[in-house]
Order: sequence, then C-alpha cells, then structure tokens
Amino acid sequence: MKKLELGNILIHDVQFSNEGSKVENGVLYVNKEEICKIALEDENIASCEVFLARPGESVRITPVKDVIEPRVKVEGKGGIFPGWIAKVDTVGEGRTHVLKGAAVVTTGKIVGFQEGIIDMSGPGADYTPFSKTMNVVVKMEPVEGLKQHEHEYALRIAGFKIACFLGELGRNVTPDEVKTYEFDNIVESAAKYPNLPRVAYVQMLQSQGLLHDTYVYGVDAKKTLTTIITPTEVMDGAIVSGNCVSSCDKNPTYVHMNNPVVTDLFEQHGKTLNFVGMIITNENVYLADKERSSNWSAKLAKYLGCDGVIISQEGFGNPDTDLIMNTKKIEAEGIKTVIITDEYAGRDGKSQSLADADPSADAVVTGGNANQVIVLPPMETVYGHLEFVDTIAGGSANNIDAHGNITVEIQAITGATNETGFNYLSAR
Amino acid sequence: MSKIRVVQYINQFFAQIGGEEKADIPAELREGPVGPGLAFNAAWGDEAEVVATIICGDSYFNENLEKAQAEVLEMVKSQNPDMFIAGPAFNAGRYGVACGTIAKAVQDNLNIPVLTGMYVENPGADMFKKDVYIVATKNSAAGMRDAVKKMAPFALKLARHEAIGASCEEGYMPNGVRVNLFEKERGSARAVKMLIAKLNGKPFTTEFPMPSFDRVAPNPAVKDMAHATVALCTSGGIVPLGNPDHIESSSASHYGEYDIEGVMDLDAAHWATAHGGYDPVYANEDADRVLPVDVLREMEKEGRIGKLHNKFYTTVGNGTAVASSKAFAAEYAQKLKADGVDCVIMTST
Amino acid sequence: MVKEIERAGLPVVHICTVTPISMTVGANRIVPAIAIPHPLGNPALTMEEEKHIRRKIVETALEALETEVDDQTIFDVKY
Repeated sequence: MKKLELGNILIHDVQFSNEGSKVENGVLYVNKEEICKIALEDENIASCEVFLARPGESVRITPVKDVIEPRVKVEGKGGIFPGWIAKVDTVGEGRTHVLKGAAVVTTGKIVGFQEGIIDMSGPGADYTPFSKTMNVVVKMEPVEGLKQHEHEYALRIAGFKIACFLGELGRNVTPDEVKTYEFDNIVESAAKYPNLPRVAYVQMLQSQGLLHDTYVYGVDAKKTLTTIITPTEVMDGAIVSGNCVSSCDKNPTYVHMNNPVVTDLFEQHGKTLNFVGMIITNENVYLADKERSSNWSAKLAKYLGCDGVIISQEGFGNPDTDLIMNTKKIEAEGIKTVIITDEYAGRDGKSQSLADADPSADAVVTGGNANQVIVLPPMETVYGHLEFVDTIAGGSANNIDAHGNITVEIQAITGATNETGFNYLSAR
Repeated sequence: MSKIRVVQYINQFFAQIGGEEKADIPAELREGPVGPGLAFNAAWGDEAEVVATIICGDSYFNENLEKAQAEVLEMVKSQNPDMFIAGPAFNAGRYGVACGTIAKAVQDNLNIPVLTGMYVENPGADMFKKDVYIVATKNSAAGMRDAVKKMAPFALKLARHEAIGASCEEGYMPNGVRVNLFEKERGSARAVKMLIAKLNGKPFTTEFPMPSFDRVAPNPAVKDMAHATVALCTSGGIVPLGNPDHIESSSASHYGEYDIEGVMDLDAAHWATAHGGYDPVYANEDADRVLPVDVLREMEKEGRIGKLHNKFYTTVGNGTAVASSKAFAAEYAQKLKADGVDCVIMTST
Repeated sequence: MVKEIERAGLPVVHICTVTPISMTVGANRIVPAIAIPHPLGNPALTMEEEKHIRRKIVETALEALETEVDDQTIFDVKY
C-alpha cells in the first residue's frame, strides 16, 4: 500500500516582508529580494518584479504563463517536481506540506499566443479559479533576443523554483489539516473491494509541440507512450505544464498538482468504486501517434480490468480527435466512459462544439463554451502587460474601449473552461 | 407599468368544447382567458394577463394548415400582444404540432416572443424545438399545474427580453444553442457521479449530446488538369509577415485574401502564420510547409497544372466557430468560381 | 470549410494531418499530411528532401482531384 499525507497549511493572507520570507499564523510573508534572486539565477532572465494579488482586489494579472502551488516534501522519497527541481525518485509516498490557498503566478512579456487573464474581482473573477487564491505574482522579462522556447523554459523553471522556495517555508509548520490518500496495488485492491466497479482515470496531456507541452518526471509527454502513474505521484508535482495553449482549457501546474478527477475519485474510493489507477496519454500532432496512444489507453484500461474510466482532455481542435479515439476504443472494450471536454460553439452558441464526434461518447461533462463573450471592466492595477490582450487567444484587435473595458471571449481567462473539471462552468 | 399582454392559443379540448368529435371547429377568438389561461393569470398576478384566447380544432388546423395559420395570425395581430403562448399540449400529437407551427409563425411574422409547452415525445417537440422555446411538460393534462409553474415565469422573462439562461435552468428543451451556466458542483464531481450512474445502469444526462454531421456529394473529377486553374486555400493561417489584416490567432472574425501573382516561394522574409493553435516555428521558417506554393509553381511551369490561381484564401481554424468558417468558405468559394477556378486544394494544420 | 467549397460546385481535396476529423466533417477527397505544425514539410529533413515529399503530397492531391469518387475517400501518398 502506498500512502501520501497532504498536510495543508491554510494561507489566508499574503504580505511583503523586509525580513526573511516565512509562514506564520496562516500568513505567507514574502521577501521580494529573495524571490528575485532565485529568478535571476537564470542568465536568460533579465529582470524580475514581485507583486501580491488577493481575492477581491481590483487587480488584473496578464498574460499569465503558469500557476503553481507551493509544496514541500517532508517525509518519503524524492521531492516536489521530480525531473526539474528534485531528482527523478518516484514520489507520491510519505508526507507533503502544502501552502493551501497560496499560489505563484508567473507573468511577463508574452511567450506564445495563448496566455491568459486572471481578474481578482469583477465579473472575470467568477470565471477563474485563481481569483480565490492568495497570489504571489512574479513578473519576469527575458534577455534580449531569447528564443520562444528558451523563454518558455526559463519562466517555467523559475516558477517551479520559486514555488519550492515558498513551499519550503512550510516544512516545519504544523498543518491545519492532514488529508491521507491511500493507494493499494491492483492485487490488494481487488481483494479489498471485490464488489465495487473498477475505475481508472485517463488523463490526456497536451503535447502538440514547442510551447504546447506537458512534462512527466522531466520527460516531454509527446515522446512518451501511454503509461500508468499512481495518482498520488501527481500531488508531488510529477506532471507539470510547459504549455501556452488557450488559457481557458490548459492545465496550469497547479491543476496537475490538485487534479480534481484524482481527488474526487479518491473521495469515492472504497465507497461506490474502486479507483485502480491513472493512465496518462498524449495528444500528438501525427496521426500515427494519435492512433498508437489511444490504442494503448484502451489496452491499459483493459489490462487494469476497468469497468469504467473518466477521460479528461486538454486543449481543443485536433485533440478532440484524440478524445474521440480514446472514447471509441475504450468503449469498444466494454468499458464505460465519461469524458470531460469543453466547447467552441461560437459567440452565439449555435456552432458545432467539437471538431470530432462519435455516438459512443454518450456521457459528456462540459466545461462550457469558450467562445462566450465577456466584458471585463478596467482594474486599478495591472500586473504584467495589458497590451497583449489584443493578441492572446480569445482576444481580437482593438478590443479595449475608451473606458478601458476589455471585450474578450472567456477562452482568454485562465482556467475558465478547464477540462479536468476544476471549474464550475458548464453549458447546455 | 402596464401588464404584459399575452395571447394564448388552445385547442377545442382545453376550451371544453369537446373531444375528437369537435376537432374540426375553425379558429375562434375570445376575449380574456379560457381554460389554462386562468391558471396563467393566477400565476402572473399583476405582471401579465391573457387578454385573448384563440381556440382552434386540432384537425381543422392541421388539415387546413395555410388557411388556419393565416387566420390565427390575423387574430393574434389584432390583439397587439407583447407575448404569445401556445398550449401547453402535453402528449397530444396534432395539438403539439399545431402549437409549434403557430408559435413559429407568430415569432417569424409578428416578431414577438413566443412560448409553447409539450411532452418531450410529442412529435411537435422534435419538429420545432430548434425554432421556438418549448417547455418540457408531463405527458397528460394532469401536469397542468407543473407546466404553468415552469412556463409562466419563463414567459415573463421572454416578454421582457431578459437574458435567457441555459435550457436546464429555464426548463426549455435543448435547442442546439449552447448557453453557459455555473453548476453547483465542479466538473470532476459531476463526471464521477455520471460514471457511477452509468456503471450501475441508472439514468444520466449527458451535458453535450453528440451531433450528427451533414454530407455534401463529391463533385466530378477534373478532366484536364494540364489546363485547369488550381486554387490554394488553408485554415493554417498563412499571412504576409506582420499579419496586416490582424487575423486573430484564435476564434477569427474574418478571412484573408492574398495575391501571389509572381510569388514563387513563400519565404520567411515575407510570410508567416497567424494561427495560435500549433507550434508556429515551422510554418514561420517556411510557409510552403503549410501552403505549397513553391511546388505548384514548378508544376505550373512543367505543365502538370494549367495555372495556380493568383489569389489564396486563408483562415485560422483554431477556436474559430464552425459556423464562421463555413460562412467564410461559402463566401470565398463564390469568388473562386467567379474567377474561373476549376478545383481547390485546401490545407489544414 | 471543405464542404462549403464542394457545395459551391468546385471539386476540392483536403490535405490534412488529422484525417479522422476530415472524415467526420465530411470532406470527400482527403490526402493525409505529415504533421499538424508542418503538414507539407518535415523540418528533420534537408530542404531538398522536404520539397520532394511536399511534391509527392501535392501530386497525390492532384491525382485525387482527377479521380471520380462516390464516397469519402482517403488517397494515401506513396512515399
């Protein structure tokens, strides 16, 4: 049996401090110099600024590169973000402390087309899960002439380092609550729950290429075969985001660490179902890869003896085909599926929602129509660069009016239509 | 504020004139509410009232469709109402079809909001749910109270031209228009619940029913390629460097038309992609990788094709609604035809 | 989009990587491409080799346009 304890240190405020950064009485104190020093270790990062954004404030963060939760491994093998910050020891056992309620948000000059907006108040705040977290916003600018992929890499790694630095502050703090996730091997769990349906989670990882990538233990997911991972591993940062796809349905690293399908299946584990494992597969740009990866998803689901699976997608467009292939092939094995996706039904909601379809996909949860238009009123403060809202996905030219209102599709809002079911938005 | 004026359409049965034997009575206009209208008036209180009721036999309406429609439309018009309600028809087939038909006719011709109600299996439901709002009711008149409870407040919203929520919130039958809403549970929890229901053979409702796609028959082959004009189109967002027409990286609102007269090769100094959905590096290095102008120019020189059309059309497929891309293509297809193009090569990323 | 061009009366061939989507949306003449970011190229090759492959794909597309079809057909490229 594997066991991971998540010790949640509930963070209800974040403050700057001229002394060393620390966590005290539920307040995260951040020393700017310490954060900037970490960011500037990378010679590709020319400048760094740190801001704080709290729920309800008149603050807009854009373009958002990634959102990361500060965690630290206090017992057990390995460390947070194996393959990047820690070595590649298998994680997911022992004890991990979490600064629950806090998040690192990275921003700066835009990397790709598709970074998002987080509004801490106003109508936009309802659409992003990260308007509810105490955000340490780190704005980093690259050195002149840095290539896109190097820029992405620099920001990604700096974000992880800073999140680990902050997580480390919770090492010796007594958590407010401890959640225990126990995970048996398949023989043990079959013996323990002989009468419960066997359920796995099939997570599709965005892997369309440079700037659209996800990494597992440091490995680029597009270069992997569909494989099995134990669900507690993701809680230690085994899967991270390296992608700049439409912000509404990309999974920031925070979502991977807090994968809601994993937690909600754990919630039912041993009660209504037997959560037997997690299959991770990719969404590559070659047709043969799509065929192979979905064949393997079906094969592994069958191998685990599944009665049912939940499949989550990441992104949209051609990955709709991967989603449909996974669904068709897994259903063809006699395994029942529920899929989580989102829709691009046009601004009027009248268009075809998905690029691909199949009658076997008869149980769908949707994160909503990403083309829905929203008007975001001006905020007193903008952290990042507002000028990019023209070019990010979901934006269009001259979409800021004389009063500073921004008209965008909700696809520009970080996490709005998340396809792991992290958000509450849906559509009918 | 004055009360909202509503005209209601009901059949001979609900007007208590009679059953099947009276189904051939012609349309008749009465002042004030009749039958179900009383319940609607009670539900609305001071907000709205049924000012007139049109009664028509189900057989009469369906057998004299054109005539009956015209008569009923005139009657509705004469009352100058703010809102029109037909039924509810529950599971009465001909009544349901009549309600759908007349509601649509009123909406289209008189431009006022309309609402009807019926049982989901009523044939009128499938026929008209995409055209007019239909509230799902129980399958018999015993469900009148329930139907009024759903229809009355929804009718007020429609009459006031308020924002209409998703079908599951308002109680209308899904009409193919996708509307966002915030659920009480997050998506993952809904997925787990749905899976448990599916595994246990219990009923569940998908949040997105799979669509069916229409087909167009293939056109005849090109007989003489050596003299044919071939046009290139792409959804890969190839544009002149700098994207002069500001085609959006996703969810594009327009398409691009660019001249390639004399262009032999789409080099990196002049061409790039505006597409936000895929890794742009390769297309930016050499746009021929998406739009093969170089190869077609060679083939033109060699006589494999007659001519490469001097304009190409470009859109960004990424996140762009299918309806928009359809409209773009329908428009430029006409331009291509007018320019004497014989066939098209479309490339997608 | 392909369908709208077909509907207008012009024979059209769709060169695309994800042929299942093309099938689902109803293209009639389909030629498989190489990869989504570079449907008619392969940056792993030299420019000459790449152009050679591109030519084969375009040639297959022209042949598809010269072929009568009754139903949705995928024309595989002979590399």
